[in-house]
Amino acid sequence: MTAPLLEVEHLTMRFGGLTAVDDLSFTAYDRRITAIIGPNGAGKTTVFNCLTGFYRPTVGQLTFHGHHGPVLLERLDGHLIPRHGVARTFQNIRLFAQMSVLENLVVAQHNELMRASGYTVYGLLGLRRYKKAEAEAVDRARYWLERVGLVARADWEAGNLPYGDQRRLEIARAMCTRPRLLCLDEPAAGLNPRETAELGELLLGIREQERIGVLLIEHDMSMVMRISDHVIVIDYGRKIADDVPERVRNDPAVIKAYLGETEEEELPEEVKADLESRAGSDG
Amino acid sequence: MYYFLQQLINGLTLGAMYGLIAIGYSMVYGIIGMINFAHGEIYMIGAFISIISFLLLGVLGITWVPLALLMVLILAMIFTATYGWAVERLAYRPLRGSFRLAPLISAIGMSIFLQNYVQILQGANVKPLPPVITGGYVLGTEGNFTVQISNIQIMIMLLTVVLMVIFSIIIAKTPLGRAQRACEQDLGMAALCGVNVDRTISLTFVMGAALAAVAGLMATLYYGVIDFFIGFLAGIKAFTAAVLGGIGSIPGAMLGGLLLGLVEAFWSGYFTTEYKDVAAFSILVIVLIFLPTGLLGKPEIEKV
Amino acid sequence: MPAAARPAVPEAARFDWTRALKEAGLAAFVAFMLFLPLMGFRLVGAEGRLGLEYRPHWVVIGVVVVFFGHLLVSFLRAVRGVPAAPSGRAGPIARYINTHATWLAVAGVALAFALPFTPFANRYVVDVATTVLIYVMLGWGLNIVVGLAGLLDLGYVAFYAVGAYSYALFAQWFGLGFWEALPIAGVLAATFGILLGFPVLRLRGDYLAIVTLGFGEIIRIVLLNWYPVTRGPDGLSGIPRPTFFGLAFTRRPPEGEVAFHQFFDIPYSGLHRVIFLYYLILLLALLTNWFVLRIRKLPVGRAWEALREDEIASKALGINPTNTKLTAFALGAMFGGFAGSFFATRQGFISPESFTFIESATILAIVVLGGMGSQIGVVLAAAVIVILPELGREFEQFRMLLFGAAMVGIMVWRPRGLLASREPTIRLHAKGEGEPSG
Repeated sequence: MTAPLLEVEHLTMRFGGLTAVDDLSFTAYDRRITAIIGPNGAGKTTVFNCLTGFYRPTVGQLTFHGHHGPVLLERLDGHLIPRHGVARTFQNIRLFAQMSVLENLVVAQHNELMRASGYTVYGLLGLRRYKKAEAEAVDRARYWLERVGLVARADWEAGNLPYGDQRRLEIARAMCTRPRLLCLDEPAAGLNPRETAELGELLLGIREQERIGVLLIEHDMSMVMRISDHVIVIDYGRKIADDVPERVRNDPAVIKAYLGETEEEELPEEVKADLESRAGSDG
Repeated sequence: MYYFLQQLINGLTLGAMYGLIAIGYSMVYGIIGMINFAHGEIYMIGAFISIISFLLLGVLGITWVPLALLMVLILAMIFTATYGWAVERLAYRPLRGSFRLAPLISAIGMSIFLQNYVQILQGANVKPLPPVITGGYVLGTEGNFTVQISNIQIMIMLLTVVLMVIFSIIIAKTPLGRAQRACEQDLGMAALCGVNVDRTISLTFVMGAALAAVAGLMATLYYGVIDFFIGFLAGIKAFTAAVLGGIGSIPGAMLGGLLLGLVEAFWSGYFTTEYKDVAAFSILVIVLIFLPTGLLGKPEIEKV
Repeated sequence: MPAAARPAVPEAARFDWTRALKEAGLAAFVAFMLFLPLMGFRLVGAEGRLGLEYRPHWVVIGVVVVFFGHLLVSFLRAVRGVPAAPSGRAGPIARYINTHATWLAVAGVALAFALPFTPFANRYVVDVATTVLIYVMLGWGLNIVVGLAGLLDLGYVAFYAVGAYSYALFAQWFGLGFWEALPIAGVLAATFGILLGFPVLRLRGDYLAIVTLGFGEIIRIVLLNWYPVTRGPDGLSGIPRPTFFGLAFTRRPPEGEVAFHQFFDIPYSGLHRVIFLYYLILLLALLTNWFVLRIRKLPVGRAWEALREDEIASKALGINPTNTKLTAFALGAMFGGFAGSFFATRQGFISPESFTFIESATILAIVVLGGMGSQIGVVLAAAVIVILPELGREFEQFRMLLFGAAMVGIMVWRPRGLLASREPTIRLHAKGEGEPSG
């Protein structure tokens, strides 16, 4: 096992009377893809929002081993979290729609460029130091554009990109912040099977070449089972399984959470066929 | 003590008018989430239509005060409501789904337009109306200070209470009210469930404008002078009232209006009148910063 | 009033007369309801007794215009298939301006520099041009806040006032000249921007707009009532005029000083100062423009735009929203302050009258009409808004009416402004390569 990257302990998030996340603990490891799955409304996105500072957890401790040693994420302001090496994407893509693709990736390197521009002063004076930093930022952007196949569209307005490109651009943008942990919120949503397969390759590539951890919320089970090293299943905010994909798939509690109490005979035909095909292909 | 009582009466009167305008802001904000910046001008137009109606009734020989008042009330509500409807139709409806500041900018444009429209049509000078309702009751005397409540003040408070009751019934019991509450929860979902969203929004503007017209009539009677510029300050103060009460909440708007009226009356009564508008603006700023959901509003959860 | 109702007519190959007539009739009815009370009657006589004047013909004309106007619009839509939905695309003229922006800018600046020496230049023309440039500068300054950072500031005039009053007061108290006071005024205005901005920049966009409006009004009311310092409605007069490197523009300078015309040994002319002021504001405006164009390509400028586009995503990339917005607010305020100082030295007299909400709304209108973020658009809009009332009293009266209507129209038909176009701040490929078609 590699070193733990993120340790979530007793995370609980309540909204008024509703407990969205209930005493959840898990660990995500460096250079591993950890998937969080669960039915709709299980509290997955809420976990992400706690990790990235958009919500303050009601209870719990989120230890992250980031660029500057271990930190407690729940104590940081949202905009400080990326500086320790957590990057995320959003379920409903959030690009800077009127800015160009390249600008989206340069904005992602804001803090480094800000320092290089002497908090704007050197930049206004047009000093070489800033120009060099900007060229480096563009180089990194170009590298990620190549990885996601968007070099040709670098000067497009991001909002004009096709849907699949927007998804990949959002991942590229997150990677431009040089994270240690990449949190992806349903990156395959709305993608066709071919695009999903490419996305899987991209994520495996990120794990291998960038040597970072990936935390993945996803509904596409075939992708989750294929690329994850580790699957955590939550339902009604509680963890019901936490294991390698093969064992999670056959866990009775997981099947129950997904399919309810229904007897197998009463399942709709498609679902049964789907389950069987998965059992067949992966087993 | 008597001085206090007098300020209380004045404050409640003022607050009733702010509250009536504030309801228009609050209802619109509740449903489509925009600040109808032109609402103050609707109030101003209501005041102009009231004064014109009074003069016209005088020309026609209808001088029995209760009848004249009732007719002016109805005329002002109908014609001002048409303005409310037209503003929504022309300036806001085409913008649904535009970028987030577009409706507000359009509303500011509308506000500038209406102000100048009235100025050009009716002239820039102030319009005085001779007192229509006179008299009042002396509630007590202390030294040489007399506490009075005028008949106009009584009328304003009574009319406000009656309108509030009617409004609460409309919102709570009628299909229109149901549609409004549904739209407030979720415009898209309401449309899917068969609520005619466009019509509901239009009617919301109509109702808001009708109430603003009543406030305009009250202001005309109470102050006796109006001009094309009264909508600006009244609009901002009513918006402050709506925010103070919790924007989106109708009882909140009324409560906020009353509180703001009281603050202003006591401020003018005990401190200085020069800075009374600063008091109102400061309340707006402070409430928005420290209590953005107001007194009776529901918190908004930021969706990520 | 434009046509009262303009329902979205679906593209129809044939023109449906019954339906069009019905809709036009409805619009005419609404127009009748709108026009009857306010156009049909006019309140006359102010002192004591108010009377009514009747203008039925106005109502009839208005209703007829709306009826046939509506019919015509429906007809044109049906025939030409004009889409009812607003298009974000710029029109042909706007496209021309945008593609030739550099040349137009160079030509415009050259023309601006040559203006005082052209044959048709006189005191009046230079004076009007100076006013245009004040609004251009204010528009460019506000464009930082509204166009780039996407923060709707309805109280921008407050910073203009801070700049004007700080120069006037520093001159009065400490005898500072324009050039010493200018940076101080800018810094003070920026400080005000930060003080006002800090607590409110966390607010949602539309709340922020209202709060800035409130601050603007508070500052005006304070100026109006703080008599010992600001002399209230009487205003401050005798504000020193600027000098040309110490040379005053007076006919007879005080003992021991040399005036501009004496130094250059030319006959005295009142025009010298007017032209000097013109060049002064031209330089200040160009400085603003240079600054805005430059900072747009720096990280902070890109962060402003990112925040405008999506604050949540910006936060997730490590951008500090409060500080970033604050810089936009402060820098916008600074340029407002500079412009205010210039205003004070040009007028020689200032009073709270000059700093009302209408002034904020005018500057905002310039920015909105010109296209938020578009530098050339601001120049055109400022020219129109200043020159229009100069053309005649009728225009003066209708100016704000037209501007109000135009603001609504722009939001409805071309929400990104008349010159809607955005050039990326940085490119990977040469321009025109690999762009989406259209």
